[in-house]
Amino acid sequence: MSSPMIEMHGIVKTYYQGKPNELEILHGIDLVVNRGEFVSIVGESGSGKSTLMNLIGALDRPTKGSYLLDGVDVSNAADRQLSDIRNRKIGFVFQNFNLIGRANAQKNVELPMLYAGFPARERSRRAKQLLEMVGMDQRSKHLPAELSGGQKQRVAIARALSCDAPLLLADEPTGALDTATSRTVMDLFHKLHREQGKTIVLITHSPQLAAETQRVITLIDGNIVGEEKGAAYHD
Amino acid sequence: MIDNILLAFSSLFANKMRALLTMLGIIIGIGAVIAIVTLGDSLTGSITDSMNSMGASNITVSLQQKSSDDAGALMFGRTDPGAEDLITPTMIEEYRTQFGDKIRAIALSRQLGNGEVSSGENTATVSITGVNTDYQTLDGPTMLSGRFVRDEDGERMVAVVSDVFVESVFPNSQNVLGESFDVTVGNAVMRFFIAGVYEYEENGFISMDNSDPVTTVYIPVETARRLLSESEGYESLTIMGASGEDSTALMEQTESFFASYYTHNDSYTIAASSLESMLSTMTEMLDTVKLAVAAIAAISLLVGGIGVMNIMLVSITERTREIGVRKALGARNLDIRIQFITESVVICLVGGVFGIALGVGLGALGASLVGTPAKPSIAAIGMAAGFSMAIGVFFGYYPANKAAKLDPIEALRYE
Repeated sequence: MSSPMIEMHGIVKTYYQGKPNELEILHGIDLVVNRGEFVSIVGESGSGKSTLMNLIGALDRPTKGSYLLDGVDVSNAADRQLSDIRNRKIGFVFQNFNLIGRANAQKNVELPMLYAGFPARERSRRAKQLLEMVGMDQRSKHLPAELSGGQKQRVAIARALSCDAPLLLADEPTGALDTATSRTVMDLFHKLHREQGKTIVLITHSPQLAAETQRVITLIDGNIVGEEKGAAYHD
Repeated sequence: MIDNILLAFSSLFANKMRALLTMLGIIIGIGAVIAIVTLGDSLTGSITDSMNSMGASNITVSLQQKSSDDAGALMFGRTDPGAEDLITPTMIEEYRTQFGDKIRAIALSRQLGNGEVSSGENTATVSITGVNTDYQTLDGPTMLSGRFVRDEDGERMVAVVSDVFVESVFPNSQNVLGESFDVTVGNAVMRFFIAGVYEYEENGFISMDNSDPVTTVYIPVETARRLLSESEGYESLTIMGASGEDSTALMEQTESFFASYYTHNDSYTIAASSLESMLSTMTEMLDTVKLAVAAIAAISLLVGGIGVMNIMLVSITERTREIGVRKALGARNLDIRIQFITESVVICLVGGVFGIALGVGLGALGASLVGTPAKPSIAAIGMAAGFSMAIGVFFGYYPANKAAKLDPIEALRYE
């Protein structure tokens, strides 16, 4: 428990490197997120928010700088290692849920465990358990198209938890939901943070949602311009 | 792996029509091959069966005009072999001495022609053939009473007749052995004494309607020679190899043995042949046809394979986002590659199974039209299944690899 969950130093991300249209998106980010912390990253579109999320989520490697995730060096990892890091260390929750349309809720939850090489019986057992936890056990055989937005997001959260990743990375998780459903999803995140000690990074452009987190990190034009305690955060 | 196969089937069912159209090339290709191979095997099988029942391994040795004389033969027509060209009894004896343990029989025969036999009101048409003792072993009839022609008969006027002949010429006799009958061949009338009666067998190849069958009267070959006033020697003879003898080898040895007598003969030489060797020539021809059809089918399979590749590329484009999600959830490039290769193999294999069913059906239909029992070739079916899998791997690899190499961020952003 000594090292932080996320430890970024001098992260620079440049696209089209060496070409005339070279574009530097992040200009040297230093970011530390401790274990069990619930932080939010806010910023306008074009602030580099998505790029930073991709880097945190080990979907991409930084051009410069170092990034340790749960003590593992991501900045120099090979594709295969990045896959394993995403599989074992990170649970993704997307704005548009990104469930596999042809697979039912339970199969969707099982997917990361399939890639992690869990045996079939274990996958099924754990998927049912997680669906029960998010209150979706009655819908485990339903296809995503048969579920409402809030239900889909709950399935997606169950999927993010399936390999017991220590870090949940949520990209606008309530962006496609109405206020009431957003509330249930946010409550679920708070519960996971409180009861399971998950480290959660929430990416949002909503100041209200960001205020619920322990720490709000503001990104403007590829730089971190401010950090403050969440005004509405309470244990 | 099982998950991948189930996944492949689920995406197949999600687009039934598209999958079917994609498979069509494979179905037609595999179907054509299986149909032709099934039909070909059935034909070969039935030909072999009927030839074996006819004594396919019997070797026929006959005189053959030398090819250098072709021009002359064309100009003057075929010249009959003279007395000096014939296969002499001496040659046959020497052959028997040299190959004794390899052969079972050397059958000799001479056609005397057709004759009329009258007895009171009854007449019968017979075909008179001079034969030797070995003829019975080779091609001879089943004896009902008496004996077959013997070499010791020499030039005696003995005859072996059929039961059908006996019924029409001696309708009231119990025992005809030793009885005599007169036969008219051309202008000559000859009297033969019956030495034996054989069981007449319906000739399977030429139906005889209801008219009285022409049955064969067997007489000693030497008698026939004397009656024909022919010189000693034969234009052809038939050899039956000892059981277990390699008939192809025996045929070659026999041909070179007899041909050695004809090295200085300008017009004639010896050719040996057997139904078996003719059969193998036919089989070779059939194999060539099969090969040609296989080549056409291969083109069809190639086109089918390209179709599969095309549809896989479309499918991957459609599912770019899914690929991105899978990668974000921890799928390695290898996992994605295997997933899509499995899908492509499943498409091809299902197509292959349909094709095999279609081919076996068509082959059976064709065989029943030709009138032979259908013989689906297990080897061909196995090869077809294997081949369609190989197509799946080959044409699935490029699209699968493309999918595996997708950038997860780009893929996730794909609309």
